[in-house]
Amino acid sequence: MTPPGAQDILRVLPELAWCGAGVLLMLLQPFVKNRQALTFISMLGASAGTLVTFKAAFGEGFGGLVQFDIFSLFFHWLIGLVAFLVILASDSYLERENLDAAEFYALILFATAGMGVLASAQELLTAFIGLEMSSISSYILAGYRRDSIKSSESAVKYFLLGSFATAFFLYGIALVYGATGSTNLRILATADPSSNLVRLGLSLILVGLGFKVAAAPFQVWTPDVYEGAPTPVTALFSAGPKAATFALLLRIFATIHAATDFWFWAFWILAALTMFAGNLGALVQSNIKRLLAYSSIAHAGYILVAMAAITTAKNSDSGLDPGTAYAAVLFYLLTYSLVSVGAFTIVSDLGGQGERYVNTDDFAGLGTRQPFAAAALSVFLLSLLGLPITAGFFGKLYIFTAAIKSKLIWLAILMAVNSIIGAYYYLRVIIVMYMHEYKGNVPADAPTSLSPTTAMVVIVTVLATIYLGLAPNHVLGIVLDPNLILSAR
Amino acid sequence: MELSGHLLSVLIFFPGFGAAALLLLRGDDHLWIRRLTFVVSVVEFVFSLFLLRAVPISAPGYSLVEFGHWISAPPINYHLGVDGISMFLVILTTFLTPICVLASWHGVHHRIKEFHFTLLLLEVGVVGVFLSLDLFLFFLFWEIMLIPMAFLIGIWGHERRLYAAMKFVLYTMAGSILMLVGIIWLYNATGSFDLPVIQQMLHDGVVTLSTRTEMLLFLAFFLAFAIKVPLFPLHTWLPDAHVEAPTAGSVILAGVLLKMGTYGMIRFCLPLFPEASHRAAPYVAVLAIIGIIYGALVAMVQPNLKKLVAYSSVSHLGFVVLGIFAFQNISMQGAVFQMLAHGVSTGALFLLVGMLYERRHTFEIAEYGGLSTPMPRLAAFFLFVVLSSMGLPMLNGFVGEYLILLGTYHVHWKWAAWAATGVILSACYLLWSYQRVFFGEVTHQKNRELPDLDTREKWILATVAVVTLWMGIGSPFFTRRFAVPCQTVLQQMNRSFAREAALPASVPSVAPDSSGRVLASTSMATSSERSGTR
Repeated sequence: MTPPGAQDILRVLPELAWCGAGVLLMLLQPFVKNRQALTFISMLGASAGTLVTFKAAFGEGFGGLVQFDIFSLFFHWLIGLVAFLVILASDSYLERENLDAAEFYALILFATAGMGVLASAQELLTAFIGLEMSSISSYILAGYRRDSIKSSESAVKYFLLGSFATAFFLYGIALVYGATGSTNLRILATADPSSNLVRLGLSLILVGLGFKVAAAPFQVWTPDVYEGAPTPVTALFSAGPKAATFALLLRIFATIHAATDFWFWAFWILAALTMFAGNLGALVQSNIKRLLAYSSIAHAGYILVAMAAITTAKNSDSGLDPGTAYAAVLFYLLTYSLVSVGAFTIVSDLGGQGERYVNTDDFAGLGTRQPFAAAALSVFLLSLLGLPITAGFFGKLYIFTAAIKSKLIWLAILMAVNSIIGAYYYLRVIIVMYMHEYKGNVPADAPTSLSPTTAMVVIVTVLATIYLGLAPNHVLGIVLDPNLILSAR
Repeated sequence: MELSGHLLSVLIFFPGFGAAALLLLRGDDHLWIRRLTFVVSVVEFVFSLFLLRAVPISAPGYSLVEFGHWISAPPINYHLGVDGISMFLVILTTFLTPICVLASWHGVHHRIKEFHFTLLLLEVGVVGVFLSLDLFLFFLFWEIMLIPMAFLIGIWGHERRLYAAMKFVLYTMAGSILMLVGIIWLYNATGSFDLPVIQQMLHDGVVTLSTRTEMLLFLAFFLAFAIKVPLFPLHTWLPDAHVEAPTAGSVILAGVLLKMGTYGMIRFCLPLFPEASHRAAPYVAVLAIIGIIYGALVAMVQPNLKKLVAYSSVSHLGFVVLGIFAFQNISMQGAVFQMLAHGVSTGALFLLVGMLYERRHTFEIAEYGGLSTPMPRLAAFFLFVVLSSMGLPMLNGFVGEYLILLGTYHVHWKWAAWAATGVILSACYLLWSYQRVFFGEVTHQKNRELPDLDTREKWILATVAVVTLWMGIGSPFFTRRFAVPCQTVLQQMNRSFAREAALPASVPSVAPDSSGRVLASTSMATSSERSGTR
């Protein structure tokens, strides 16, 4: 293997920028006490990682370990955007909860770098490194509110179960290596499709990644972790790692021929289970963070519907074009990430110190107390529900179209049923905000308005939600680019 | 006129701009909020009257078509158009909205700005539904209009308003999600969301749907519309929504929203899936007849006046569905007319019930009695509206019901016979309830001092009464304008159906028979003249 050259470095430029910014923040910590300066620096770091993608040339790097193509470019932009928004949203949260800023931001940037690696990994061990980078940072972030029992519980739970899932992933890699003698996805693409060892290895990999995207039956950790983690971190969890892991899932299961023939039913069942687990679980939640956590499971289920559509379309004798299904996954990940970051950001601000006001009942009368926050949260909830002129509607429309194009009528109908179940709990929150009166007096320490930084994040995400709902042409043009479709090449 | 090029867009979005303008007003400036909303809705009504001049009476097809590309992939277009049927439904909507603003002048006390904002947004959605010619655009407005309506019920409604609002949304959404799946399926088969394009493709045989697929698609659309109408077993959301909604909400709900369902049947189910419509017609007709009789019987035993009116809607809308699924030009004209007439007269009934509620804060019939003594004018108007609703000749309710029964009788005299019992029953429950509320001794002391109509209420009711009378006497003005569109729908159905029927096997024995008769009857003298003679 040749030593890495300048070309190789260019392929991982975004990750280098994010890691570099993280290290810089750690170094600055003893000297810079001003939280806002740290926020500013880390936002610069997050955007630097995104912007250097302009410089990063397409192609393979490090002898095929990473592959920087338009597909990973899309995900780098998405992840960078999420990191940027989450950092901006964390500023007031860290002040309110009196937490150290530098480490927090550094961890977010390290996690982001890990997600970047995941998105451009062309080789299973590289993917494993990316997964670990993002996971370990996430474990620490989940327990960042040390003095809160829930936060610690969240971290421990995430760590234990996450390690377990990672072990599955690693074991799967080992089996695949044993069967084919390689971990490179290019070589795997030509592997014997009927080898049981490859199938077993891939199914273990699917279990490991299924855990990361919170697919049922590996979703049990999600509500507890999402509830306990600091809310900006929850926003990150629900958007960044999920998108990056779906990128890896696409890369593996859309390129490997063995996988596409065999894994259709696996994705079908995963999708159906995940949708129902998420939506039925959310029905009975009174805590808004848990509700959104279950909703995030449900949305992973919707994306898995599109994954099932891809596996059908990639099937060599189906003659179907997987383009719509690809676009559906990418567009949905984008819209869901934006909406989810926005929703959790509002919740983090409305929660008040110590996150005490996170029950849906605490939002009673919000429509009159905080019209802006209530209206914005309604937009997000309606988008999650999939109502027209919001981004979520087009996301859902694309998945429906992909499913029907791939002749997955029953899965489409199951998804329709789930959308209706979802309507109930999303609307319930809106009803509480606008149609219930607050019982008793509103506590004095309840927040009365959004902090400026949160408001900025909320405005950006609301505008993006409506923009993508009204004029999605531009973004659709990007996600429908035929170059995005991964193939064994 | 520059405006005419974009008249339909103006009609859809003008209330939206009005709503945006409302946001600029101070929240406690109630008078100006009401005035601005009223002016906006009246101007909108005037705009909609331009349609009468712009839509040609005898030419088939859509007028004032607007077309623009919206989303590239999938190809979704901003395609609007109007014909005689949708024109009147738009005018009905724009007519009822200012009436609702006036009717809520004193009845709505809190969150005034939000109320009027919601009302205008609702108008945007409803007008959009009637004018869209792109399936996707149609679905979009169909869904958008849900949220304002749910807010109207949920915020300004009565005691169980939250339950009713949630029930309303979930019911409608359940149907519309299936319709979305159907729309996408249709798109997948034809590659287009554009209604005329899809129709042409199906008609020319470029795309053929298998019998089973056509039936499934028909059901996906029909279910969404049947929930909205509501057809008999799916009607349970309606009484709750009506009873809990504020007066304005009830008027719009009964007056316009229910018509979106029957409009959808005429515009989408019949022309797109003619064979499935024919095959489903007997079942639909039976459900419609059950709805007519069941609705009337339940209305008869209602102790709650508003619920009584709500169930009468189930009964009246059953007539409309029956008229549509008889596949006769006359009965379809009757159905469209009945949609308009029901919008005006049931809207008026809800207004009157709302006025009673504002005075006594109850809907229980037992709480009233002998009201004609303290309130002679209200009683007179109430009687007038009751008579129109039960179908007294010279008033609007008669024309629609008569045409529907006449048209249905041509093909299925048994259907007509059963449905006719609904006419009798409606006289029973309406007159009986009128008697209990207005005649006899004043049994409750409180009712003795009830004030009669004030000027505002008199104007509202007088306007409605004039329209009711005019629709009854001058019905050719209306039927003339939707005779051709109804004919077009039936031709679209029959032509594609005849093509299907030409294939010998697999066609049920009843189908060629009925199609033959349909062809014969549609070639009869244009029924607009016939209806004009009565």
